Amino acid sequence: MAAPPLLTLRGVSKRFGGVQALVDVDLQIRAGEVVALVGDNGAGKSTLVKVIAGVGPADQGVIEWEGHTVQIRRPHDAQALGIAAVYQDLAMCESLDVVGNLFLGREVHRAGILDEVEMERRARELMHTLSIRIPDVRAPVAILSGGQRQAVAISRSLLGAPKVLLLDEPTAALGVEQTSQLLDLIEELRDRGLGVLLISHNMGDIKAVADRVAVLRLGRNNGLFEVPTTTQERIISSITGAADNAVAHRTTGEEGAWP
Amino acid sequence: MAVGQSIRGYADAVRHRLRGGEAARRGLRVGERGPLLVILGLIVIWLVFQGLNANFLSPRNLSDLSVDIAATGLVAVGIVFVLLIGEIDLSVGSVSGLAGAAFAVLNVYLGMPEWLAIIVAVVAGTAVGAVHGFFFARVGVPAFVVTLAGLLAWNGLTLYLLGASGTINIDEGGLVAALTSLYFSGGIIAYGLAAVGTAGYFLAARRSRRRRRDAGMPYRPLAEIGVRTGLLAVLTFATAHVLTLFQGVPLALLIFLAVVIGSDLVLRRTRSGRKVFAVGGGIEAARRAGVDVARVRIAMFMVSGTLAAVGGLFVASGLTSASPTTARAAGSGMLLINAVAAAVIGGTSMFGGRGSAWSALLGALVIQSIASGMALLGIQDAVQFMVTGGVLLAAVAADSLTRRAAARARGSIRRSSRSGRGAMLH
Repeated sequence: MAAPPLLTLRGVSKRFGGVQALVDVDLQIRAGEVVALVGDNGAGKSTLVKVIAGVGPADQGVIEWEGHTVQIRRPHDAQALGIAAVYQDLAMCESLDVVGNLFLGREVHRAGILDEVEMERRARELMHTLSIRIPDVRAPVAILSGGQRQAVAISRSLLGAPKVLLLDEPTAALGVEQTSQLLDLIEELRDRGLGVLLISHNMGDIKAVADRVAVLRLGRNNGLFEVPTTTQERIISSITGAADNAVAHRTTGEEGAWP
Repeated sequence: MAVGQSIRGYADAVRHRLRGGEAARRGLRVGERGPLLVILGLIVIWLVFQGLNANFLSPRNLSDLSVDIAATGLVAVGIVFVLLIGEIDLSVGSVSGLAGAAFAVLNVYLGMPEWLAIIVAVVAGTAVGAVHGFFFARVGVPAFVVTLAGLLAWNGLTLYLLGASGTINIDEGGLVAALTSLYFSGGIIAYGLAAVGTAGYFLAARRSRRRRRDAGMPYRPLAEIGVRTGLLAVLTFATAHVLTLFQGVPLALLIFLAVVIGSDLVLRRTRSGRKVFAVGGGIEAARRAGVDVARVRIAMFMVSGTLAAVGGLFVASGLTSASPTTARAAGSGMLLINAVAAAVIGGTSMFGGRGSAWSALLGALVIQSIASGMALLGIQDAVQFMVTGGVLLAAVAADSLTRRAAARARGSIRRSSRSGRGAMLH
């Protein structure tokens, strides 16, 4: 049928000492699709992102990239495949300008001498194609607003031309208008064929941009829903545990049993 | 800061509309306002002292000033590197004393050739910095404690080295003595250097403008480059003229300027320099970008130790001796305080990530102008100490207020990711 999903996780488990953080988790991300990952605090969302990004590799389970089994042991492995992550804390160098932050760690240079003109050109081009409005790409990141910082962080992750983008609570610190701009950006990326995994607590955001919602509860899958055909209450009851696994596991659509 | 930003934004927008192009957007950059204020302050200081004593702006005094800033200024350049990663090196005074004593003992008592003794003394400074960096970056001792221990210990070693001999006079016709006594007289050298510097700036600015224009990006109008080049020409040729009126261009000034320009290029134009700013601007971001934070930290303390040693040779050169008295003075921290004050007054932040090698030049000029002016007026040391301390506090306070204003402009004061000294100062 269609091309294989970009990323498939099967039976991923991870344990921290005595705590079983992830148990037998399955997940799929396809090109041109936004998958929301939801769950209560401690459900294992961030752990799962770290597994995919190679920051905290899985103990067990299979990861497939475009249909082939791969190993993701280090952040570098994930980057090489085409997986980029934007973490909640953003982690930017406050005093460096936007261009400096975008290219941090992968500066364009000739024999160690920075090529500022080329970096600025690429930065402007990227900002332009993503319709991101930053007043001055030479302004230090410290003076940017929360939304602009988020946009810079996402642009930074996109410089390596990834196929899958992991976003950890991108709207948590944003105002209403900034959130809507960010959601526009996420849609833009989806339309460009990226697979986006969006961690969020905000049902409104999820309803607005996600195609599917995967629920984690206590480190296990607790349902996968097609967003347009599912009520908010249904998703929330899955998160809280009011709806049990078996019911929630049924999915609509042609693909039948999930995954 | 917020108001400044919006005013600047408004002014830019107006100019933008007037000239009808993005080209107009690049006026004064954010980082250029601070240095302008310092230069204005320097002019005020000069005018005040000139009013009080007509010899202050004489070619002789200005020439002496250009030699006297070298020692403090070189040490201050090293301090800039350390401040850029948000740390401090309190040992630089002692390390400079150690380098002077090591050179004198090696050369005068052990008969080592001068050039070799110079190299050994400077490398000793580098090694001392590496030790500080190791204890800070690998062991995890706060930098101000490591270097405070160093302040005492290296001063002790200096006194120990000099202990058997007392004061050692160095060869007055030698290389080290020449550092502060050699002048290149004759107008050709002075004006030639001014011309080369101005032309170099103009060509670099024009090249950058062309590249930006060819890439379809906003670029500086030629008129602005012309004005900037003109200002630089006035400054360099006036300096050359004044220096020629006395004994010519001092070697000390040339070496200091070369170190400042070289450091500035490394910091702004190379990947290594970018790593320094990255560590100073956000350690977590630097780490995630693959920067070896510990290595950068150790390297910065090595630079600071090296330049402290070079500065120490200039101190020894000025005195043509190394003695327990001067070693004790070095340990008492006057050079340290002057160097830190110079770096901060010149615009390098105590909080990391913001600053420039040029701040060492500007700040050293301010500090030495005050010292020289007060010496001319016969004001005693006690008052000089109080004034220098006050100026340092004022500069650091301005730095702190700038930082808080920037944080408030974003709506919240972000929690500092730095530990140790940074946390202590809050």
